[in-house]
Amino acid sequence: MIKKNIKVALAGNPNSGKSTLFNALTGLNQSVGNYPGITVDKKLGNCKLDMSTKAQIIDLPGAYSLYSKSLDEKVTQQILCNKENQDYPDVIVVVADSSNLRKSLLFLSQIIDLKREVILALNMIDISRDMGIVIDIPHLSDQLGINIVEINARKRTGIKDLKDTILSVNFPKKEILNIKEIFPDIIENTNIIREDDNNYASFLSLCRHYVDNNSASKIKLEVLIKDEKFIPSRSQAKETVRRYKSIDKILYQCIGENKALIKRNFTKKIDDLLLHPILGYTFFLLVLFLIFQAIFSWSQLPMEWIDSGFSSFSSWVANTMNPGVLNDLIVNGILAGLGGIIIFVPQIAFLFAFIVFLEDTGYMARVSFIMDKILRGFGLNGRSIIPLLSGAACAVPAIMSARTISSSKERLITIFVVPLMSCSARLPVYTLIISMMIPETASWGPFNMQGLVMMAFYLLGFIAALITAFILKFIIKAKERGFYVMEIPSYKIPDYKTVLYTIVEKVKVFLFDAGKVIIAISIVLWVLSSYAPSGKFEQIEKDYASVENPEYDIQSKKLEASYAGIIGKTIEPVIKPLGFDWRIGISLITSFAAREVFVGTMSTIYSVGGTDNYSIKKKLKSAKNLETGKPFFTTAVGISLMLFYAFAMQCMTTIAVVYRETKGWKWPLIQLVYMTGLAYISSFVAYNLLS
Amino acid sequence: MKRLSELQVGEKAFVESIQDEFLEHQLLEMGVTPGQLIEVERKSPFSDPIAVVVSNLLISIRLSDADNIIVNND
Repeated sequence: MIKKNIKVALAGNPNSGKSTLFNALTGLNQSVGNYPGITVDKKLGNCKLDMSTKAQIIDLPGAYSLYSKSLDEKVTQQILCNKENQDYPDVIVVVADSSNLRKSLLFLSQIIDLKREVILALNMIDISRDMGIVIDIPHLSDQLGINIVEINARKRTGIKDLKDTILSVNFPKKEILNIKEIFPDIIENTNIIREDDNNYASFLSLCRHYVDNNSASKIKLEVLIKDEKFIPSRSQAKETVRRYKSIDKILYQCIGENKALIKRNFTKKIDDLLLHPILGYTFFLLVLFLIFQAIFSWSQLPMEWIDSGFSSFSSWVANTMNPGVLNDLIVNGILAGLGGIIIFVPQIAFLFAFIVFLEDTGYMARVSFIMDKILRGFGLNGRSIIPLLSGAACAVPAIMSARTISSSKERLITIFVVPLMSCSARLPVYTLIISMMIPETASWGPFNMQGLVMMAFYLLGFIAALITAFILKFIIKAKERGFYVMEIPSYKIPDYKTVLYTIVEKVKVFLFDAGKVIIAISIVLWVLSSYAPSGKFEQIEKDYASVENPEYDIQSKKLEASYAGIIGKTIEPVIKPLGFDWRIGISLITSFAAREVFVGTMSTIYSVGGTDNYSIKKKLKSAKNLETGKPFFTTAVGISLMLFYAFAMQCMTTIAVVYRETKGWKWPLIQLVYMTGLAYISSFVAYNLLS
Repeated sequence: MKRLSELQVGEKAFVESIQDEFLEHQLLEMGVTPGQLIEVERKSPFSDPIAVVVSNLLISIRLSDADNIIVNND
């Protein structure tokens, strides 16, 4: 019987193992949403603390302190400090990496001084012990005045202990830094304005990291700041230095470091190789190469299973259900559309697996370190490498991850060019066209030819992104001097569960979010292509009544006469110079909402009226040029189509995210026009050169 | 007195002050406080940014920012 429901927040520095603990506590019992009005990921999960108490766990964005500098940190600060926030927790668990305790204690001590119910979860204490760091936990607990639990989130140890401690949490018994001693009068006055006696909350408010929603008190505080000649930024720096002094005093008593640099030496040795001027870049290129070969060859087998499984399922449905309109709608509308998208789950899973793996090992930060100087030449930032590489999976989280770039100019350029990176939604389009143009067995030396062409298109996206960034570097004015300070974490073996959960989550988003759009569009398409203005279909049947073996011609004539055909025909003059016909035209229109719809649309269009239940690849391969009767997908058309999908901005979600991240329509609109223009011109040039 | 950007790889010094306010806030939070020992562990392949170790933490920083960090290596 669950009697009580409490809210628990997990807070901590980036790389402290917070997310691993979150996974250990909640398992698959978690969901990702957004905080209202902003695009910061909100990770929520549930877990049972004991027989009668359930906890809602919130995994807060990583932060170094309660002084928020970015949107992510602002979310963390508001949830922890603002009593009116809907996620204000009952208990806070601060997760700290035991080998870097000093840095974690800054954030923890701020929470202690806010007088919040807080527990310190000391993560990876076995590793720090191996490093020669000895922590006197009882003494530290006494000095901080809070409970400390030893955990290892990866090995799932100490979790029971942590749950018990959450249930019996107390208010902190001590104050780490007496802020009122340093700023006595102004804190007193702030307390009066805020009608609250929490000194530290008052200090945060004075430093313009407001903790209340009260705008009247904000105005009064501004007057106070002016009258007292209080300088928020100087006071904040002064406070941080004083706080570290108190922390160092505590740590001096509680920590013994014997041969503390063992692990750093280990990391240093690997870095000697991976950050080497030649070996470092070679290794990075090899990693990229491995990713693309893997996506193409490793995922072949599961993709074939899904493809054949799905097409036999479709024929089973077609044969089992009563023939009629409903049968046709389900088989040739919905199932054809869905089948075209489910097949790409293995590739997307592999891509995300690699990206999560590289981030979790700590390698991504190194890539950023060796790429900063090069990327800076293009108006980007070492940190841009994470959005750029993530952009190969999906532009939406990639654009959000650009928030860690502190220079607004470098951030804006990164946001602008990320959608040019080939995302996983282009993958189905590329895969399909490549597999039609190039035989599976073709190879160049030891490498699979299909994989090479795929890699070439990814590279093309990257090069286009760099060139665009370079141009923008001279157009966009810098608002302030950009700087680049980043923690390079120690190497870690990634937690396989964290990698697994991320893959499951991403695939779920891809299948369900994209799936919804795809089903809806598939149905609309099926209707549009199955019906025509009255009398048209009858006329065609009459015309062909005398022709022998008319099946193929009739079907294509009917599609052409249908509503979908009419729409496609209308835009055909615009896309004809690119080698596209009205059938691709329909796909272009439907995939404006999301690129992956292309495959489903093509699949639906070529299914409508078709009698065979071929797989999508076969259907398209047998497609004929409606004028000449020759195979439609020539190399020129294929390349032109791939180029169009590589460059065109065909993703509503990306446009929406750029709008939110840049706070206006200016940049998403420029992006839309630029990318679509680039797509049109390059397709036009390629088609006319190749045909 | 020297600037952090002037230190060679392997050279150690104590942090004196950070001249840029925004940079100061960022580094203070990461534990780069006055009096801390700072060591240049390596330079990136193009000599910029550099990687420094402060209280067991490896931080990458651009030379232009390292210019604003005053250190004392006497």
